[in-house]
Amino acid sequence: MTTEMNPKDGILLEMRDIRIDGYSDERWHPIIKGVDLTLRRGEIMGLIGESGAGKSTLGKAAMGYTQPGCKLTGGSIMFDGIDLAKASDREKRNLWGTRIAYVAQSAAASFNPAHRLIDQTVEAATRRKIRPDAESRTDAVELFRALQLPNPETIGSRYPHQVSGGQLQRVMTAMAMSPRPDLIIFDEPTTALDVTTQVEVLSAMRNIVEDFNTAAIYITHDLAVVAQMADFIKVLRFGEEVEEAPTREMLTKPEQPYTKSLWSVRSLEKPEVKGEDIVLSIDHVDASYGPLKVLHDVNISIPRGRTVAVVGESGSGKSTTARVITGLLPPTAGTVSFNGKPLPAALKDRSKDQLQRIQMIYQMADTAMNPRQTVYEIIARPLEFYLGLTGKAKEARVMDLLKMIELDESFIDRLPSELSGGQKQRICIARALAANPDVIICDEVTSALDQIVQEGILKLLLRLQKEFNITYLFITHDIATVKAISDGIVVMYRGKVVEQGLKSEILAPPFPEYTQLLLSSVPEMDPDWLTNLLEARPV
Amino acid sequence: MNAVLATILKRLGLGFATLVVVSAIIFSSISMLPGDFGQAVLGQSATEETVAAFRKELGLDKPAVVRYFEWAGSVLQGDLGTSFSGRNASGQDRSRQVSDLVMPRLWNTLFLAGVTALIAVPLALFLGLTTALYRNSAYDRTVNAATLTTISTPEFFVAYILILFFASLWPVFPSLANVNATTDLGERLYRVALPALTLTLVIVAHMMRMTRAAIINLLASPYIEMARLKGASRSEIILKHALPNAWAPIATVIAFNLAYLVVGVVVVEVVFVYPGIGQLMVDAVTSRDIPVVQACALIFAATYILLNLTADIIGIVTNPRLLHPR
Repeated sequence: MTTEMNPKDGILLEMRDIRIDGYSDERWHPIIKGVDLTLRRGEIMGLIGESGAGKSTLGKAAMGYTQPGCKLTGGSIMFDGIDLAKASDREKRNLWGTRIAYVAQSAAASFNPAHRLIDQTVEAATRRKIRPDAESRTDAVELFRALQLPNPETIGSRYPHQVSGGQLQRVMTAMAMSPRPDLIIFDEPTTALDVTTQVEVLSAMRNIVEDFNTAAIYITHDLAVVAQMADFIKVLRFGEEVEEAPTREMLTKPEQPYTKSLWSVRSLEKPEVKGEDIVLSIDHVDASYGPLKVLHDVNISIPRGRTVAVVGESGSGKSTTARVITGLLPPTAGTVSFNGKPLPAALKDRSKDQLQRIQMIYQMADTAMNPRQTVYEIIARPLEFYLGLTGKAKEARVMDLLKMIELDESFIDRLPSELSGGQKQRICIARALAANPDVIICDEVTSALDQIVQEGILKLLLRLQKEFNITYLFITHDIATVKAISDGIVVMYRGKVVEQGLKSEILAPPFPEYTQLLLSSVPEMDPDWLTNLLEARPV
Repeated sequence: MNAVLATILKRLGLGFATLVVVSAIIFSSISMLPGDFGQAVLGQSATEETVAAFRKELGLDKPAVVRYFEWAGSVLQGDLGTSFSGRNASGQDRSRQVSDLVMPRLWNTLFLAGVTALIAVPLALFLGLTTALYRNSAYDRTVNAATLTTISTPEFFVAYILILFFASLWPVFPSLANVNATTDLGERLYRVALPALTLTLVIVAHMMRMTRAAIINLLASPYIEMARLKGASRSEIILKHALPNAWAPIATVIAFNLAYLVVGVVVVEVVFVYPGIGQLMVDAVTSRDIPVVQACALIFAATYILLNLTADIIGIVTNPRLLHPR
């Protein structure tokens, strides 16, 4: 991908002073506050920002579409001579799916479960009679092949649930490409994928967009990903443009302080400390879901007061290991020992004291809290249950805990729905902390958060570890997080431990094959990273 | 496909097991009914000996468990038994086979239910889909208000209103729906017009609202937004992208209402003097005609089980996840 702004054929999309309001809390709030955007034919623009910055709303507005609950209040959207801000529904429908296409974040949810993939791929082209249906189907197979999907001839006859997430995301790219649009909006297309899958999808998307000289807007919160894809990058914050520059320039010398702060998040790195006193050990554990065996002879030992990160792609058995430790899934063989003594396999056989010692924080803070309980009730519950605190003592302790997670007293009466993503995760941390645990299992606790918020949570966890000598078992698929927080690393693949040891040992060569693949798949902030990686990898 | 066949067979087996349990419940609850057939027929003046002799003749003197297995055994062989009515202590036996009593009535009920279903189901689907398509419009609000009104009105009242307008003030249909075995099809259709219309008004609201809700529930899905962004029109979105995923809940509510048409229409039958199975059962309960009551109850239970089974099967065959496993 060229990174200099080549003079290309004329302007395809020109958005001027776009203003969009969203409806929530019974009134209209501005979401996009006067953003301009210009895209020429064949160019790829990266649109980045934290969640809530309005990047997805702006991306959809480029199609003339606003989600239910949003409305365009001002500005013009000139697409190849047509003002989409003023166009009728019918005019816009004629463009959608044919000249402008959309690739959604979650391919699994965005394919209709009731229809075969091929029918959905050719649907738009057939509806607008771009070419005969049979030709579209042959063409779709060629697109599947170009996107390196397995069995391109037959994969189209499958239903969405029969195909993996990475493959679905490529089928969706084929679906967008089928009518040969002038513009594709990629809305966080790889966010839901594992790093190893992400590399394949990214390269497939980049090649096909290049081959057909399609213009694209690539929306993401991952800087390293956008660096591989885009000719130039626009940074959004609070619905306003922060800055825009060609990719290479943006990466090397960002001008605005906000952009610089985005760039700096990945630099957090805790020095590792070796630990001798083993608090939790997992010995020769096998586990199954029904007849499906998911863990094979897993051995992990976790020293007190340290952080052990468990890494691997989805399906590698990371979360299952956590379920075995907590007793939610009794293992079929092997034991889990706490302070040298074996724990009962099943949750119901464990004593209150044993339960109290191991607490858990989940990925989705949203669903891990009772939406009807206030912050006070959520944090006070373990105080009552494990420590028997009541009245003033309980109240004082809740205030203490709130202070520890850096939130003030005004939060006690709020409901989870009144908190931001980062605040919710902090409340979950306080709830885990309330039980005075020895070990906290963190299951992808930062994966759903923006980078700046992630950094805040990770710093908080590190500070708490220092103050209270807490042990973390940190499950993640994000290598940057691992670098930031861990002392030791366990690499898992298909239910087996591939490698484990100190951070410095695991992250230094020589690597076993899988660790190599995992580490090399993590995008770097170098626009040539993907190109170099693909050249280096054997095909 | 074989997996689906296996599932259907399994469900059929489970349905049969349910029916066995239900038969036991029917039998024991009827045994607990107050009053005694012998006493009821022979009157207050009968001596204890005559009553006992009569009970012995009917087999009522045997223990309940024995009677249950005798009954269940003969039902399994297709024999519903002999009605108690027509018997008396005089020795003359003018009693009839239960099946001779039940079958013509069941046929009448199924005919009325079928005619109603043919009107009500397509109508409800049409209204449900169009109100989902034009949701929150004046049309949507009118249809919702109208169907809510009909469902909130007692069915006998709906029936009398219809009789008032269509049989009395403006006589196009008969107010009596008395049919018998010799009535030909055209005449039958003409006579059941008002009862069928009454039942349609009663059941359409439920099905229509469920269809509308099931469709609207899906309209927030990401794949519906995707369909819009691929340029699909509103009607394409409803018919092609939402409806195929909404069959399971719609089939369930249709099955529920069809079952109601078979088992719950006694009030309408009475109003129009329609000789359906509901009336037969009520009469049999009054006269303590145990074999007929049991047969009717068993038929009702089987109707519920079969219709719900059908709805489940529709749910399975319209769900590619179940039809085409990974």
